[in-house]
Amino acid sequence: MTKYRISKTRFVDQTKTVSFTFDGKTYLGFEGDTLASALLSNGIHLVGRSFKYHRPRGIMSCGSEEPNAICQINNNTDLTEPNVRATEIELYEGLSASSQNCWPSLNFDIGGINNLISPFIPAGFYYKTFMWPKSFWKKIYEPLIRMSAGLGKSPTQPDPDIYDHKHEHCDVLVIGGGISGIISAKIAAKNNLKTILIEDKNILGGSTIYQNNKNFIIDNKKSNEWLMDEISELEKLDNLTIKTRTSLAAFHSYNYLLAKENVSDHLPLNKKNGSIRQRLWKIRADKVIVAAGAIERPLVFNNNDRPGIILSNSVKKYLDFYGVSSGLNNIIFTNNDSAYETAVSLFEKGISVKIVDIRKKSSSIIVKNAEELGIKIYWNSTVVNTFGYKKIKSIEIMNLSEDGSNVTGDKKKIQCDCLAISGGWTPMVHMHTQSGGKLDFREIDQVFVPSEKSENHINVGSCYGDFELEEIVKNTNNKVKKFLNINEDSFDKISVLCSKETEKKNIWLLPNIISENKTKSFIDFQNDSTAKDIKLALREGFKSIEHVKRYTTTGMATDQGKLSNMHALGIIADTAGVKMGTLGTTTFRPPFTPLTFGAIVGRSVGKFFDVERKTSIHEWHIQKDAKFENVGQWKRPWYYPINNENLHEAVQRESKAARNSAGILDASTLGKIDIQGSDASEFLNRVYTNAWSKLGIGKCRYGLMLNEDGMVYDDGVTTRLGENHYLMTTTTGGAANVLSKLEDYLQTEWPELDVYLTSVTDHYSTASICGPNSKEILKKLFPNKNFSDEAFPHMSYQDAIIDKIECRIMRISFTGELSYEINIESKYGKSLWENCIKAGEEYKITPYGTETMHLLRAEKGFIIVGQDTDGTMTPIDLQMDWIVSKKKYDFIGKRSLYRSDTIREDRKQLVGLLTDDPNEVLEEGAQIVSELDKKPIEMIGHVTSSYFSPNLNKSIALAVVKGGKKMKGQKLFVPMENKNINVTVSDFIFLDKENKRINA
Amino acid sequence: MFIINCPYCGERDQSEFSCGGEAHIVRPKQPTELSDDEWAEYLFMRKNIKGVQFERWNHAHGCRKWFNMVRDTSNDKIHAVYKMGEKPPVI
Repeated sequence: MTKYRISKTRFVDQTKTVSFTFDGKTYLGFEGDTLASALLSNGIHLVGRSFKYHRPRGIMSCGSEEPNAICQINNNTDLTEPNVRATEIELYEGLSASSQNCWPSLNFDIGGINNLISPFIPAGFYYKTFMWPKSFWKKIYEPLIRMSAGLGKSPTQPDPDIYDHKHEHCDVLVIGGGISGIISAKIAAKNNLKTILIEDKNILGGSTIYQNNKNFIIDNKKSNEWLMDEISELEKLDNLTIKTRTSLAAFHSYNYLLAKENVSDHLPLNKKNGSIRQRLWKIRADKVIVAAGAIERPLVFNNNDRPGIILSNSVKKYLDFYGVSSGLNNIIFTNNDSAYETAVSLFEKGISVKIVDIRKKSSSIIVKNAEELGIKIYWNSTVVNTFGYKKIKSIEIMNLSEDGSNVTGDKKKIQCDCLAISGGWTPMVHMHTQSGGKLDFREIDQVFVPSEKSENHINVGSCYGDFELEEIVKNTNNKVKKFLNINEDSFDKISVLCSKETEKKNIWLLPNIISENKTKSFIDFQNDSTAKDIKLALREGFKSIEHVKRYTTTGMATDQGKLSNMHALGIIADTAGVKMGTLGTTTFRPPFTPLTFGAIVGRSVGKFFDVERKTSIHEWHIQKDAKFENVGQWKRPWYYPINNENLHEAVQRESKAARNSAGILDASTLGKIDIQGSDASEFLNRVYTNAWSKLGIGKCRYGLMLNEDGMVYDDGVTTRLGENHYLMTTTTGGAANVLSKLEDYLQTEWPELDVYLTSVTDHYSTASICGPNSKEILKKLFPNKNFSDEAFPHMSYQDAIIDKIECRIMRISFTGELSYEINIESKYGKSLWENCIKAGEEYKITPYGTETMHLLRAEKGFIIVGQDTDGTMTPIDLQMDWIVSKKKYDFIGKRSLYRSDTIREDRKQLVGLLTDDPNEVLEEGAQIVSELDKKPIEMIGHVTSSYFSPNLNKSIALAVVKGGKKMKGQKLFVPMENKNINVTVSDFIFLDKENKRINA
Repeated sequence: MFIINCPYCGERDQSEFSCGGEAHIVRPKQPTELSDDEWAEYLFMRKNIKGVQFERWNHAHGCRKWFNMVRDTSNDKIHAVYKMGEKPPVI
């Protein structure tokens, strides 16, 4: 045993030594230790530097509220993780931890200079200082701030661990495995309710499990013994699932909760064996009982942040649970009775302890107990200063004035190596408020307690504001019985004896003789905000707690202000002279403690991140070394490089081949909706801008779909297959949304229409063959068919058979070439494709990808919805007036086409652009201006599509320009970083305006 | 995360549904006869109440049916669900 490991406990196995490193040095601890308890057992308090002033900081607590002891673990490995609380890491063999926020080392940190210049860096320092001169920002201020910002180092490698998600349903969920949680879970499970009990520590029992004080008795046993027996009974219950190492992350409405289970974080690296690291439980509970407990409050006084200043109950836990004494010469500084339990525990183990109490007296059992033992108590006193840079060495105390607002008398200096502080308790109301619950302020001990209105969740124990053992046990029993409609249970006749607090006193900011400007009384230890920062914010005019919080950054660190929020509120209330209960609290948002990204995403990483949709021809594309592009969830061939061609070279070759002989495109990804019903024609009339009633059976028509606001939403060709039967195609990315939109109108606006919609996108594969030789290829594929223009004109469809399989041939074109699309059931897609390739061999049929498709259609001036439009373009803006029916009484978006805004003539309109230098290709997205000298320079439009056209042997672009319709021939400029490109507005149809090729 | 009682399928998790905004805004039968202001009223104006609100919901990852729901936006309590075309309940 070390000097500080002073006793054996049942929770730490002192026969099993564990070695670990901290800042490169090797130490020993035991199985059952946390990193924090093991460090303390080695006499180490200094574990980090504070965020702003780089002051030395020590372990302050024993749980999730820890603000100081946050470490980087497994540094320089791909498992490294920053900002892990040493108080929560279970010690394992080989654990390597290091301190954060210090350079070059924890013991000598250059940033410590910030502490000396701290009078010059008050709240809002960054906002106020780095304003001028402007030129300093990029080169000096930003790099400086970036260097000092943030805590810890993020991993540079992908996370190698596996994370999991799991759904769970239960009748009763109990959050927290302390005494009230255990009572609740037992009552629920014994009454045939499927119950889950979650506890964030590795064992149940909360703070009662190490409560060995003789003044706390349940059914004639010490409370810890009694609880131990209860737990062993609990473990036998069939209806109960106990999940330890599981912390509640979020409590959403309708009793939907997220809890994170640490599955293998506590195991040595060589024993994890690829097991799941963390699991996120998604729990839907009929009833929720919150038994989250309370967190001890610090006291706010000058230099209250030195290593060796620890919360009083944490000192007790380190002592009675881990067998570690935080100091050998302790002083307890308190405003309440609970700290006396710590004093008695220390004294009984033969460790020196004195008490400083801001109250004038207290006559409770536990205080009497301490007095009888002969523990020295300084009543009506407060600590005014502490000494010791890297570890506390001594304190100065003074008497309080009658009303507690000032100090009187002489300073008295007392030596110590540990100062245990207790400012009372704060109920953990986070879960309650996350679920939508409100809070009430309890004046007598200055706490916010849950105001319960929900029928489906209650709070029990100290998170409800019950702090004394007797009220915890009895109130929990009564409340749970009522909540679950149970008449009687085994706790009804329980007897509880405990010490009861009689005197209460709270001072949020303890008085001092030193002027406030010269003190550092920390409120938020992790973000280094002090009482005077809060007061400064108030003086500067901030009133709302939400604003003060953001300005001073109080409560905004990784601990989310678990220790600091109440003090900030209290000091604001005192300074502003208002009642604390009227201020409200800041919002407690999930998660309660930080979650790893791994736990949040679970298995949805890598190839499971999103669905990948592939056409039935996909394998063929892979064999031809196609490069793919993502279009929505689809993988579409982008281009097919031959002999190491780059994108540009491949696209030039592919698009020439498509215009000069024949090209083939996998068009299977286009959205396809089967429309049937006696009102199908009327339905299309209402959803497209053009008229459909007179479209003959066997004919195809291009349609433009608007939103009700008149903006272009989608487009595609629809084919009339029969009297009451159409096949609509949509853009690849828009398919699902179009179907949803159409369903919406059908179900909600026009339920009288007899129309049925079915998505058939995946049912058919499509090979699109274009080029002057496409007709010859089709003739070879379908020798019995007549492909003459009379028998099979442009914009028509025919049924056909290939290899005994039925298919549909549409003569439609998105390239401006003579073009046929063959639709076949998906399972025959690849064989159809291969037939086409074979038949096209003699014409050097060339597969082309989406990039060539985009180029070909741009030459022809066909738009792509989503590339040339952005949700602000009407058909009129696109110069597509021809497709907007004047005769139809109504269609979706019609009325919006003549709103005052949509008829403006200076709207952005689609135009073509030609660069003065035909080899200069514009960048898509580039801004367009008409005057270069004007300041500020006015942007009148932007480039939407731009290519080098091999068929025209020049650069072409589509763009939207304000008032562009009337600007044909006008010179404009595209300013780029290093030059201005001269362009001329042109027609947006660059090739074959007369449609000779399509009708060839 | 609500539990929504789809009028066609029964209780399901909220993640199966999508919300379509305020309910009972009927598309005008004769849009061409409306002034710009009247059309804008239909097109853009929504109440967005803090309190009891009538909403359209779609069981998007289920039966794909649209229906109406009465929800208190201040506490997410769902007062009623009813099919499209049915009369809204009095809350």
